[in-house]
Amino acid sequence: MATVSLQGLKKSFGKTDVIHDVEIDIADGEFIVIVGPSGCGKSTLLRMVAGLETVSAGEVRIGDRQVNDVEPMDRDIAMVFQNYALYPHMSVFDNMAYGLKIAKVPRSEIEARVAVAAKLLQLEPYLQRRPRELSGGQRQRVAMGRAIVRKPAVFLFDEPLSNLDAKLRVQMRLEIKQLQRDLGVTSLYVTHDQVEAMTLADRMIVMNGGVADQIGAPLEVYANPATAFVAGFIGSPPTNFLDASTFAPGAPQGAQLGIRPEHVVLSGDGTGHRAKVLYAEPLGAESLIYARLESGDNITIRQDGALPTPAEGETVSVAWDKDEEMQFAKDGRRI
Amino acid sequence: MAERHGMVERRGVGLWLTHLGLIVGVAFIFFPIWLAFVASTVSQPEIVSPPMPLWPGDQFVENYSKALVSGVNAPVARMLLNSAIMAFGISLGKIAISLLSAFAIVYFRFPGRRLFFWLIFLTLMLPVEVRIVPTYEVAANFGMLNSYSGLIFPLIASATATFLFRQFFMTVPDELAEAARVDGARPMQFFIDILLPMSRTNIAALFVILFIYGWNQYLWPLLITTDPEMNTIVMGIKQMFPSGDDIADWPVIMATSILAMIPPVVVVIGMQKLFIRGLVDSEK
Ligand SMILES: Nc1ncnc2c1ncn2[C@@H]1O[C@H](COP(=O)(O)OP(=O)(O)OP(=O)(O)O)[C@@H](O)[C@H]1O
Ligand SMILES: [Mg+2]
Repeated sequence: MATVSLQGLKKSFGKTDVIHDVEIDIADGEFIVIVGPSGCGKSTLLRMVAGLETVSAGEVRIGDRQVNDVEPMDRDIAMVFQNYALYPHMSVFDNMAYGLKIAKVPRSEIEARVAVAAKLLQLEPYLQRRPRELSGGQRQRVAMGRAIVRKPAVFLFDEPLSNLDAKLRVQMRLEIKQLQRDLGVTSLYVTHDQVEAMTLADRMIVMNGGVADQIGAPLEVYANPATAFVAGFIGSPPTNFLDASTFAPGAPQGAQLGIRPEHVVLSGDGTGHRAKVLYAEPLGAESLIYARLESGDNITIRQDGALPTPAEGETVSVAWDKDEEMQFAKDGRRI
Repeated sequence: MAERHGMVERRGVGLWLTHLGLIVGVAFIFFPIWLAFVASTVSQPEIVSPPMPLWPGDQFVENYSKALVSGVNAPVARMLLNSAIMAFGISLGKIAISLLSAFAIVYFRFPGRRLFFWLIFLTLMLPVEVRIVPTYEVAANFGMLNSYSGLIFPLIASATATFLFRQFFMTVPDELAEAARVDGARPMQFFIDILLPMSRTNIAALFVILFIYGWNQYLWPLLITTDPEMNTIVMGIKQMFPSGDDIADWPVIMATSILAMIPPVVVVIGMQKLFIRGLVDSEK
C-alpha cells in the first residue's frame, strides 16, 4: 500500500507532446479514475506510472521513492490490461503464479496466495483450464487474480471492462469496486466510460488532449466542471451550450453558457425562451426532449417521466434557474 | 422423395469416381517406389534379365544386411547416421538461430535493426548453390572438410525461418510482453517461458520442413566430403553407381534407396499432428 504522486509529468513521442504537465497526489488506498475521450493520453499516463513508457519530464513517485528509472517489476505495481494479456499456453493457476515464480516465492506460499485469490474471484473450478477455455468475464477475473496475488502497492487498470458485454460490465464494475475496498490498494483506473468513472472513483482525472482538465470527486466534478470540455464530457445527455451574448448579457466576448439538461424545465405559464420541439424520447423514468431555441441553439431538456411530453413540432417555452448557469470563457475555462 | 433418392445416388457415384481418381493417382506415384522395393528383394541376375520382376523375391534379408553392414563404398548404416546428424544439426540449428534472431529483430530496438533485417532478408536470394564456391573456400580454410561441422554450419543460417518467426512474433500482442515485464520476466525469461511455448506448433512444422531439407542435401555433401566414411546417404546412392565398366549392384542400391526414404517419412508421420496444426492455425 502506498501513495502515488505525479509531479509535472510530461510525455512526448518524438516531436508530438502527448501528456502536458499532469500533477496529482494520490492518497494511500484511494481509487483514482482517469477518464477522457479516445486518444487523450489516458493509457500513456497509466503506462508511465507502470514503467512501460519512459517519462519525458517530471517525476513519478510511488511511496516515498522516485521511480522514473525503475523497472516495472521493481515498482511494486500490478497491471490489468484491456485484452487481459493472459499467457495462452498456461493454465489459470500458472498465469496467476508466473510473477511469483519469477520472484522465487516458495511453492507453498504461491499455492496459498493463488488459492486465496481464486476463492475471492470464484475461479476455483477453473484453475487447471487454459484461458481460451474461459468466458470473457472469467478471463477478466484471471487477469485480476494475477494482479492480486502479487500483493502490489498499486493496481493499474487500463480499460479492463471494455471487452465485456454491457450486463457483465456492470457486474464486474461492482466486483472491482468491492475488491478494491476490501484490499485497500491504491488504484489507478483508465476508462472512457463516464458511468464507470462516476461510480468507481474516489477522485477522477478528466483528461482532454493530454491535459488534466479537472481533478476531483465525481459529484464535485459533475456539479462544478472546471472547463467547458468537462461540462460536455461528464454527464449524459451532455450539457447544453448556448451563446452567452444572447442569454447572459454582460458576459465576455465569445463566452458560452452551459446548462445541464435536468436544470431546464418546460414552463407551463409561457415565461422563458420559446423553442420548437424537434423530437422527444420518453424513457420511462425520465423523458428527454430535444428542442431548438429561437436563437438557433439546440437544447436538451430532461424531465420526470411522469410529466406530459410535448409533441414534435409543438412550440414550448423553456426556462432555467440563473443559479444553475455556468459560464465558460472563449478558451473553455470556467468564469 | 424420388428426387432426393437421385441426389444421393449421384453423390454416391461422384464419391466412387473421386476415390477411383485418388487410387489411380496414388498407384501411379507409388509404382516406382514399389519397383525399387521389389528390386531390393531379388538377386542381381533376376534384375538384369528381362522381364523385370513385379513381385518381391526372397533376398530381402541378404540385400538389406549387405547394404547396412558393408554397402558399396561405405556401410549404409554409417551413411544413415551421417545424414541423421546432418539433418538434425541443420534443422535444430536453423530453428535455434532463427528464433533468436527473430526475437532480437522484433523485440529489441538496437541501432542498425532495420539494416540487419534487410541483410538477412537479402540472403534469401543467395541459396547454397549460388555461394557454393566461396563457402567451400571458407570451409576448407577452417579445416572443416570431411567433418560434421563442415556439413552443418555452412547451411545453418536461415533467412526463411527467421522471416517466418518474425511474422509470427509480430502477431503476438504487445500486451503479452508488457504483462510479462510487469510480472518481472527478463527478456530471455519471456522468450523461454512464453514465446517458445507459443511457437511450438510453428517450430514443429518448420522442423519437419527443415529436416527434409537437410536430409535431401546433395550438392554440398558431395563437395565437402571425400572420405566415404563421411558420405551422407543421398549423395552416397549416387556414389554407388559404377564408374566405367564395373557392374552395378542394383539390389543393394535399391535397398539403400528404400532405407534413405524411411527417416523423412518417420519424421513426417511422427510430427503429423503438430505439423498440420502449425500449418493450419496459429494458436494465440
Ligand atoms: N508509441 C507511440 N508513438 C507515437 N505516438 C503515440 C504512441 N503511443 C501513443 N501515441 C499517441 O499518444 C496519444 C495518446 O495515446 P493513448 O494511447 O494514451 O490514448 P488513450 O487516451 O489511451 O486512448 P484510447 O481511449 O483510445 O485507448 C495518441 O494520440 C496516440 O496517437
Ligand atoms: Mg488507451
